[in-house]
Amino acid sequence: MTATRKLGTLEESARVFDALGDPTRLGLVARLCRGGPQSIAGLTGGSDVTRQAVTKHLRILEAAGLVRGLRQGRESRWEMEPERLEIAREYLAMMSERWTARLDALRRHVEKDSSG
Amino acid sequence: MTTRTTDRIDKQILLRAPRARVWKAITDSQEFGDWFQTKFNGPFIPGQSVRGRVTHPGYEHVSVDFVIERIEPERYFSYRWHPNAIDTSVDYSGEPMTLVEFTLEEKPEGTLLTVSESGFDGIPIERRAAALKGNDSGWTGQIKAIEAWLRKHPVAPAR
Repeated sequence: MTATRKLGTLEESARVFDALGDPTRLGLVARLCRGGPQSIAGLTGGSDVTRQAVTKHLRILEAAGLVRGLRQGRESRWEMEPERLEIAREYLAMMSERWTARLDALRRHVEKDSSG
Repeated sequence: MTTRTTDRIDKQILLRAPRARVWKAITDSQEFGDWFQTKFNGPFIPGQSVRGRVTHPGYEHVSVDFVIERIEPERYFSYRWHPNAIDTSVDYSGEPMTLVEFTLEEKPEGTLLTVSESGFDGIPIERRAAALKGNDSGWTGQIKAIEAWLRKHPVAPAR
């Protein structure tokens, strides 16, 4: 696990965040993944979402620990928190592997006296 | 797993054994301990805690606590615990527990078992990171050891 590790493809990110179920937030996440840290002005450029709405959505993403805002002069720059997400995903994969092993053991346990 | 959540795990396995057999293997604490590699000091009773000692070689100093949530005969069994609480120098009691749920369904071929564990997002991210760091020498190796052991000992010890 290193800080330089990248988040992954856009498609993968979309799957990660689909629990959020909000197209605007997914779009913001995509822009941050693709374009790196950006100001709110950068994030609203080319879209018809208001600055206020974007700020609100970023706060929600921030509360979920997915992005973070860094104060820079008069403006905030926003970036993904990929490491945190990566840890959460790798941890879940590890715990999932454990259940696979445990259920394998359970299968052997219950099938031994049903197979003959 | 179709949804890339970080909070829950869902597993399904079709066991070629009658439902009553599977039910006993997951709700009789002694039998549960056989395949889970933990020796429990009492039965599983809703609303009560039961302590287990890990029996896997190298981890005998580790104990786990299950808080039994709900038992619906031959259909549903759930408990809460601190997953991966293997560092005996850490007090996990203040941290949220995950919920583990077993659901049984009768099928023509046997019993369909669904296991879900949820609430991982409540576990501090630092704790999850620490668990990953220990993983190479710890659980990955341990799972391989368990698999090797099971290959050599396909029949569980008689009781």
